[in-house]
Amino acid sequence: MAELWAHVAQHLTLAGAALALALLAGLPLGVLAAESAGLRGGVLALAGVGRTLPSLAVLMLLLPWLGVGMAPAIVALALLAIPPIVISVDLAIRGVPAAALDAAAGMGMTPLQRFARVVVPLALPVSFSGLRTAATETIASATLATFIGAGGLGDEIVRGLQTDDAALLFAAAAVVAALALGADLALGAAGRIVAPRT
Amino acid sequence: MSSITFDGVTVRYPGAESDAVENVSFECDDGELVVLLGPSGCGKSTLLRTVNRLVPLAAGRVRIDGNDVNALDAVELRRSVGYVIQAVGLFAHMTVAQNVAVVPSLRGWSRDETARRVDELLRMIGLDPAAYRDRRPSRLSGGEAQRVGVARAIAARPRALLMDEPFGAVDAIVRTALQRELVRIVAELHTTTLFVTHDMDEAFRLADRIVVMRSGRVEQVARPQELFERPATEYVRDLVHAGDDVYRRYFMRGRALLRGLAE
Repeated sequence: MAELWAHVAQHLTLAGAALALALLAGLPLGVLAAESAGLRGGVLALAGVGRTLPSLAVLMLLLPWLGVGMAPAIVALALLAIPPIVISVDLAIRGVPAAALDAAAGMGMTPLQRFARVVVPLALPVSFSGLRTAATETIASATLATFIGAGGLGDEIVRGLQTDDAALLFAAAAVVAALALGADLALGAAGRIVAPRT
Repeated sequence: MSSITFDGVTVRYPGAESDAVENVSFECDDGELVVLLGPSGCGKSTLLRTVNRLVPLAAGRVRIDGNDVNALDAVELRRSVGYVIQAVGLFAHMTVAQNVAVVPSLRGWSRDETARRVDELLRMIGLDPAAYRDRRPSRLSGGEAQRVGVARAIAARPRALLMDEPFGAVDAIVRTALQRELVRIVAELHTTTLFVTHDMDEAFRLADRIVVMRSGRVEQVARPQELFERPATEYVRDLVHAGDDVYRRYFMRGRALLRGLAE
């Protein structure tokens, strides 16, 4: 049981770190796509390709460069989490009503004020839904990190398979599912507080 | 308070083959309500947006109180000129009070002063501050939203007011009420106002003077009465006689009468 909790902690660390990394890269990329018509095509195409890559393939592809352990697993999971973030941020920013932007400019907001006071708060709800998708996908995919020796709940599942221990297998899988659902619900609640839909 | 002068104003959008606004000159006097009237695409909104520099000039000059707007800081200029658009553009994530307070807060008014001003404005536009202050724009009717749009535009006591078809999206009954209130507010505040519309009746109801535009050019600048009596072009004549002109004659007579009483 203690081992299970350690794996839960490890699992959440993997997913959390990957998500943080994905936000760091995905937010600016999403803003870039939304604000620059010239770069949008390229950025979104890349994000689209990223979405179709199988998680396991990404882990394996990174193996030659980053080796095994936590670091490559985090990078691989982050790569998987970036596309939904980029896509939703782009969508959210471009969904800000033109009238609000026109009014903001006409009232004498500087471009920075317009972004901080109008674009960001109005884009937050849709961006948050992208973050939710990214979080659930990352938590689910972190199960695969076991294959490159990064630990997490995948260890328990694999052990369940190898020892033909169905109870362990299902318990671990259920915990992963519960974590993913929990993160989805928690982020949903946080989103309603931080960014109420108007 | 303020006059707005257009002097040979010409605008051409990038990639366009002809000018959106071509060599327009006229003056909007202090405290005057001038309506820019014309069909869609005639350049009236473009001309309006040169005043707060949302549209750059290809040639000519726009002055407020004699100051070339291009010589002023664009951000400062926009904070000193109220702007109302048809789509209203209230900020959905802010309450009514926060929306109205945008320009005062950009200009660094104190919290107390801003709060007082917001209540004063809500009363002026006929919305009970206690009931509306903390509402979100999504819980306003079209007419209420546009009232708030007007309050937001005049919140920081602008020296001029620019209105781009502000009542185009509300139903006829509400529109009439809003027009009546606008006339009252503008008279009360003595704010120089440029008002864009394609609606003849609206133009005749509101205007001290009307600028009739067609394909980027001015056809005539005149008082409503004058447009009727001495249309400068065939186009203006057709325009003023289209639709219910008997009603318009009566309306103007009533207005002239009221003016006489007021003076």
